Formats: sequence, C-alpha cells, structure tokens
Amino acid sequence: MTVRLDRADRPWMMRTYAGHSTAAKSNELYRRNLAKGQTGLSVAFDLPTQTGYDPDHELARGEVGKVGVPVAHRGDMKQLMEGIPLDQMNTSMTINATAAWLLALYIVAAEEQDVPQEKLAGTTQNDIIKEFLARGTYAFPPGPSMRLIADMVAYTVTNIPKWNPINICSYHLQEAGATPVQEIAYSMSNAIAVLDAVRERVDQELMGPVFGRISFFVNAGVRFVEEHAKLRAMGQLWQELGRERYGVEDPKHLRFRYGVQVNSLGLTEQQPENNVQRIVLEALAVTLGRDARARAVQLPAWNEALGLPRPWDQQWALRIQQVLAYETDILEYPDIFEGSKVMEGLTAELVEGARAEMAVVAEHGGAVEAVSYMKGQLVDSHRERIRRIEAGEQTVVGINKFDSTEPSPLTADAEGGILVVDPETEAQQREAIAAWRSQRDQAAADEALAALRAAAESDDNLMEATIAAARAGVTTGEWSQALRDVFGSYRAPTGVGEATGGDVPGELIEAVREEVEQVSEGLGRRLKILVGKPGLDGHSNGAEQIAVRARDAGMDVVYEGIRLTPAQIAASALQEGVHVVGLSILSGSHKELIPDVVSALREKGVDVPVIVGGIIPEADVAPLKEAGVAAVYTPKDFDLTKIMRDIVELVGERNGVAASA
Amino acid sequence: MTPAGASGAELGRRLREGDLSAAPAALNLVESKIRTDEVHALLREVSPAAIGSEPRGHLVGLTGPPGAGKSSLLSALVRAWRDDGRSVAVLAVDPSSKRSGGSLLGDRARIEFDPADDRVLIRSTAAGGRLGGLAPATRAAGHALSAAFDVVVIETVGVGQSETEVAEVADTVAVVVQPGSGDALQFIKSGIMEVPDVLVVTKADLGDIALRARRDLSASLRSLGEREKRVVAVSSIPPVSGIDDLVAALDAHRASLDLPARRTDARRTSALADYVVEHGERGLRALGGRRAALRYLAELDPGLDVATLVDRLEEKALTR
Repeated sequence: MTVRLDRADRPWMMRTYAGHSTAAKSNELYRRNLAKGQTGLSVAFDLPTQTGYDPDHELARGEVGKVGVPVAHRGDMKQLMEGIPLDQMNTSMTINATAAWLLALYIVAAEEQDVPQEKLAGTTQNDIIKEFLARGTYAFPPGPSMRLIADMVAYTVTNIPKWNPINICSYHLQEAGATPVQEIAYSMSNAIAVLDAVRERVDQELMGPVFGRISFFVNAGVRFVEEHAKLRAMGQLWQELGRERYGVEDPKHLRFRYGVQVNSLGLTEQQPENNVQRIVLEALAVTLGRDARARAVQLPAWNEALGLPRPWDQQWALRIQQVLAYETDILEYPDIFEGSKVMEGLTAELVEGARAEMAVVAEHGGAVEAVSYMKGQLVDSHRERIRRIEAGEQTVVGINKFDSTEPSPLTADAEGGILVVDPETEAQQREAIAAWRSQRDQAAADEALAALRAAAESDDNLMEATIAAARAGVTTGEWSQALRDVFGSYRAPTGVGEATGGDVPGELIEAVREEVEQVSEGLGRRLKILVGKPGLDGHSNGAEQIAVRARDAGMDVVYEGIRLTPAQIAASALQEGVHVVGLSILSGSHKELIPDVVSALREKGVDVPVIVGGIIPEADVAPLKEAGVAAVYTPKDFDLTKIMRDIVELVGERNGVAASA
Repeated sequence: MTPAGASGAELGRRLREGDLSAAPAALNLVESKIRTDEVHALLREVSPAAIGSEPRGHLVGLTGPPGAGKSSLLSALVRAWRDDGRSVAVLAVDPSSKRSGGSLLGDRARIEFDPADDRVLIRSTAAGGRLGGLAPATRAAGHALSAAFDVVVIETVGVGQSETEVAEVADTVAVVVQPGSGDALQFIKSGIMEVPDVLVVTKADLGDIALRARRDLSASLRSLGEREKRVVAVSSIPPVSGIDDLVAALDAHRASLDLPARRTDARRTSALADYVVEHGERGLRALGGRRAALRYLAELDPGLDVATLVDRLEEKALTR
C-alpha cells in the first residue's frame, strides 16, 4: 500500500448557499463570492419562489427576498446570472416543488447568453419526499409531484447530460431529528421511489446513465467519526441498489456522489462563536476519508441560529473550506480509513440498521406511501434528542454545560451581527412583477399556460411546455397555479398525531401537568392551545416539538401545521376556542406576519395571549411585544417544559385562575 | 375573555335563529364542566320542545381507521356541501393521552377549506378519558350545532367501539374504508356491519383494488340482508370522483329516516350514557338496570334535551 498519492487530489467544489433581496443584489454577491475563490454557485431562492407564488400573492407577505432571492420570471433569472458564463459555471439550485420551472428559466437564461442547454452543468434539488417529511415547500400532491421529478430526470438525461436532475436529500432528515440509520434508510428509500417512477418513463438502457445522474445531498453532524461511517455505508448501499434493483453495471454509474451542507440543528445561539469549531469538525466528516469524500461542500455561517448571515459571515465559512483543502494535507493520501476495524465495524452496523429500516418502509408500500410513518418516526427521534439535551445526557457546550460566558464582541453591533433585508424590497418586487406582466406579450403567455395545462392533463413530459412558458414570459406563480388547477393542492401529514407518548424527563413536567389540571379546572375545560406556522416557512420541527410537549404537559393541542395566513389563524383560534396561540417562524418574516396575526385575532374578538418562537433577533423582541405578543422564545430556550410552565401561568393569569395550589 | 361570557340561553336562542357566529362561544360553553346551569339553559333553547320540531341540521357521523383518507374526504365533502349552499360544521374527535390527559388534535391541518368562508366551522375535540369514544360534550355540541348548521359532521377515528358510539348520536353514519389495506376484511369480520348507513371506499383512483373492496363489501352486506345500504367509491384527489354520489347517498338515507324517532332514541341513549359516566354502575343499579332506565326514558316527553333527561334520571334514582 502506498502511503501517498502520486498526485494530490483536486479539492471538492466549494459553494456558499446564498441569495437574498433581489436578483441584482444576489448577482453582485455571487460575483464577489466567485472572486474570493468559491468554485460553484449555490442559489438560495426565497420561499414564494420555492412554493410557487408571485411576490404579490397574499401568502408571500413578509417572505419576499428573505431566505433567498425572488425569481419570478426569465428576466429575474437573466439578471441573477448576469456576467456569469453559464457554460463554465456549476450551479446548484435549492429548489424542489418548482424545480422544473426554475430549470426552465435557467435554460432560457443560458439561451440568452448563447449557451446551448447541453453545456449546462449543475443540480436541482428536486427532492419532494423530504419536503413532505421535513422542509414543507411542496406545492402539489405526491403523485403529480413524483411525475414532475420523473419528467425532469427523463428530460435532462438526454438533453442536459451534465445536469444532476435530483439531489436526494438526507440533509433535512437529520435537521428534523433523524438518527444516522434513519437518515440512510429514508434517503435510500426515497431514491428507490424516484428511480422506480423514472423507470416507467425511460427505456431500460437509459437506467445506467439515469442512476449515474442521481446525486445526494447529505448532512454531517458533530459526531464526525460516526458521520463519516454513515457516508461509507451510503456508498455501499447505493452500489448494491444499482446492481441488484436496477441492473446497473458501469462502475462510473454506480459511484455514490454527494454534496453536503453540514449540520445547522446543532448550531447554538448561546456563545455562537463555538459554532465555528462545530462546523470545522463536521467538515472533516465529509472530507477526511477519500473513499467517501464529498463532491461539493457548503458550510453554514457561524450565526445561522441568530438570523441571516452577512457576506462577511459567509466569507468566513468559505475560508474554512479553503484552509482545509489548500493548507492541510488531507488531499495527499489514499483513503486513510482503509483497513480500520473501527470504521469498518461502524459502517457495517449502520448498513445493517438501515437495511432493516428500509424493509419497514418497503412494507408500507415504499417511500411515498410511508411518508406518514417516516414523519412520525422523525418527530419521535427529534423528541428523544431534545429529551437527552434537557436531561443532560447529551452535552451541548454553552447550553447544558459550560454556559457562563463573556459578552461576545461578534454580536455587539446594532443589528446583533446579522443581515437585515431592506423592508422596501417586498414593495419593490410587487411593483416589478406588475410591470413585467403589463409589458409582456399577454397572448403568448396565455397560450403557453393553456399548453402547459393540456400537457399536465395528458401524460406528456412537462419540460417542453414548461420551457415554452418560460420563454413566453410566464411568472412563477402562474406556472404553479396552472399545475395546481390540474393536480389539486395538498397538505402533508404533520407527524404529530403519530408521535408516541413522551417520556419527558424531570420532575418539572409533573409539576406542570398539575398546574395544567388546576388551571383547566378553573377554566371549566381543558387548557387548549393552537400551534401553527404563519407564512411560507415549512421548517416545522420546532412547532411540532412544542405541540408534542404541550400534549405531554396535559393540554389539548390544535396543531394547525404550516403555510397559514393571519386570517386563517384568527379564524381557527376563534372556532377552536383556544386559550392561547403559539406561532413559529424561522424565515425572518416575523416582523410583518406576527403583528398581522395579532390584529387579525383582535378583529375577530379573540383576546387570547400570543406567544412566538423561532429565529428572532434580540432587536426584534421589543417591537413584537409592543405589537401585543406576550412572550418570545428563541433557540436558546431549549427547555420546552419551562416554556410549557410559562404558558400555563400566562393563561392562568389572563383568566384570573391560579396556576398553583 | 370575560369569565362568564354570553348567557347559555342567549347563545341557544341565537343558534336556534340560525346565527352561526354564536357557535364558537356555544361550543366553549358546552364543554364547560363548571357552568352546568348555563349549559343546560343553552341545550333547552335548542331542544325540539323549544323549537317545535327536530333541529333541521343533518347530523352525519364519519368514522374509519387512521390513514383511510377521512381528512381528504372531508375536504371534498365540505366543498361539495358549500357549493350546494349548505352551511357545515365539523366536530373532529381525536383521542386523549392516557398519561397526561392532553391531546394532539392534528386534523385541522389536513382539512382544506376557505378560511374566509364563515359558513364553515371546524372544531377539534378531545375524546377525553373515553378510548375511541365520544366525550359527553361532543354529543351535546352535535345536538346544539344541528339547530344552526345545515350539516354537522362528527368525525372519529374508528377503532371498533367508536362506530357504535357515533351511531348513537348521528342521523346517518358513514364508515370509511381504505381499499387494499385489510380494512374491508377487518370490517366485515368485526360484525358491526349493521352500524353504517353508508359505506365509503376511498382512493378509487387505485382502480381494481378499490373496485374489489367495493364488491366485497356489497356482497357481505347482501348476505346479511342489508340490501338498502349503499357502498360508494370516492376519490378525494384529482380527478375527484364519487363525491356527488356520496352526498346523494347521505341525503337519501336522511330522507328515508323517521327523524324524530331516531333523534329521540339518540337523546335517550346519550342521556343514559352521560348518566353512567357521572354515576357509574352503581347509579345504573339505582335505576333498576339499563332496560328499566330506557323504559322510564321512553315514558318522557320525546322533545326533552339530553341535560334535562339526565336530570330526570337523577331524580328517578333518588325516588326509587
């Protein structure tokens, strides 16, 4: 065995997940990032774009340009890619329900640069099952969603051979609480569902290239030894799957290819500088062993638990990668774990566990049918994770151990060390889209939409009609609405009903249950809470955990799920007769949406307290309280039982009922 | 929130006059365990004795195992009823946790309806201590809402017991069965084929499997001599099918009913069930047993509300 490679490996592709405000501002940011040595693009779209709404739609309020860039039509995409030669760029787009549409816009933007589509390289995330499970930016029911994915795979494999049409995501499963075994098993089951759907739409001889174009998007947590074994296990299972289920022979097609964004779930709001060390260690999990090394890496910024990162924060994340690739020696050796008993043993354990769990999913009829089951399992795992942290069984430095700290100079500025999107952005985008609609050839747009509807009703591949609509100046909201008209809309399982009764740690929960009983007796009926997420943010993990814990504390919990308008929440609170409303927002739209909810409630005569949880910067807490919010919780409030006690006391106080004997 | 709120009598009167906006406060009151006099006042106002006839709303029980597609079906049904101009209330019942007494009511998240439409009301309710059953407040809520809404659906998770409990309250019981899941077979074996008035086979888009489930159910119904019961196959996802047939089947059943008789029975059975919840088997013995109690109830004015009937049972137990 040679100790060194003849020639050191080339570094992986380095990206930063970026985009905000407008196409023009994001383009400027991309160019600056590329100049700093970033080697690929990773486009973050805002939530209206991800869920198929134009900036002037009711549900887009507060969300335009927040967690990414708004792209409403080919003009926006052209501006976003201005001055970036698309025949040389490798672009990853985090886009799912509307992936076919954004790919079409990208193809048209390339046409305008005189770049033919066969020269394009990149990735569309396009993994809808994990949207149902964990991320919530779905738009259509499961059946038609899987068809859209299959259509894209079938289209790109012949027309854009260097495109990865889908990135099977285990990333979001870990963020939703998945154990390594669950992460492997559910993402592999998901891949099977996709490949089975594609197999019905392409010739068998194309299955090799199709299999070769499926890539993964994984997560890496701070337990980086096991995390590395997880990736080796995935590679092993992937090859098996290709050979045995799909008859793939070519070793090139069988290679397990993945990109990675390391863990955000473990990043803390307390002592946020510690996140840098966590990120470095997590990066090792995906780069250390050559046999399971990432193709592309993007690292989160240290301040993600605080709010949106600034360009400087993102630069820091990029520099971590560059130090790892260009200063250390990791790229100079063959696989350093080859022959390691520990690594092989860990890998074998994970493979075995994953196989068993994959069999359970198969028994449910495959990943699409098992969404409800998997969701329930994830909510359970996440509950267990929180329990361990609360009980001190799992150490998180700065949270349940070593929690004393000096004041941090990193968050000392007026904004608290985060990016604040100009509040005028949304109004500007609303005007811009109205102008776009009035200036385009309306007849051509109508015709393209009619053709799209016809294609959706037939069994034709949807890509041609989608690209034609992109050329005709159709907007993101119009494309999605045309398909919603044909496919219907959908609300995914919430998983909370399936979550098992909690073994909640500590004596506090017993005391809180007693208080719930007392207050309920005083109220005359059981304390009832509404939990929901206003706006388009689909990251429901936090809201689900609050709902489950409230149930375990003895409350009646109406869990309303995601994507709610303020009017909807107010109507529900009234109809349900709840005593308190709990809202969760992670997308930064709290400044607009929370006061809207409070006034919608008061208009309906519902005078119950409102509490808010999410990524809420310190500077926004006082204005929210002024708007009538009773309490604000952020990631640093990790003890859910304490939050429950606050809620009982709040309800007791507002109703003149004593919470304690 | 004022501690007392509007009076029970006033809320009852508003419901009787078709004022749907009284419904949320009425439901809060009906669930109250401490304002029992107000609850009784409300129920008296919506009793047949006060109205002069049975409340006009159609009380539909909808039950079936988890995952059978009840929420999607309800979304489609609510849309169809609203298109037909009917007001709809849904009482969605979920089990309570034995350990904590709390509950997770997740159905609201899955039923689609227009939040701006004030002629639709959805209320999630915990079953309380009664596994798979109905809390007394849910029965009372169903009765009260039927004075104001055209259709009142009581949705429960079917685990055997609850089908019969829903049947005690509803005018029409629809049992939802998912094809290819073993539900159909389970159901046929369970021996409660007489409970549903309409059987619904969901996921008709599955094709042959759905057809087979429908055929099996129809055949077993025939073999039991239940020829008049309808089996309807529906698909709640596009292309939606069978929903209009289901609406028609529910209406046809209701039209065929002797409504006063069924409602009177329902109230008497509910009253006895509530009485037993309160006073247990010992209380039942004080009445001379279940049959004697029902005989006694049968002598009373058929228009009396449940709360009054419970009062009468309590008086009777004391005098016996």
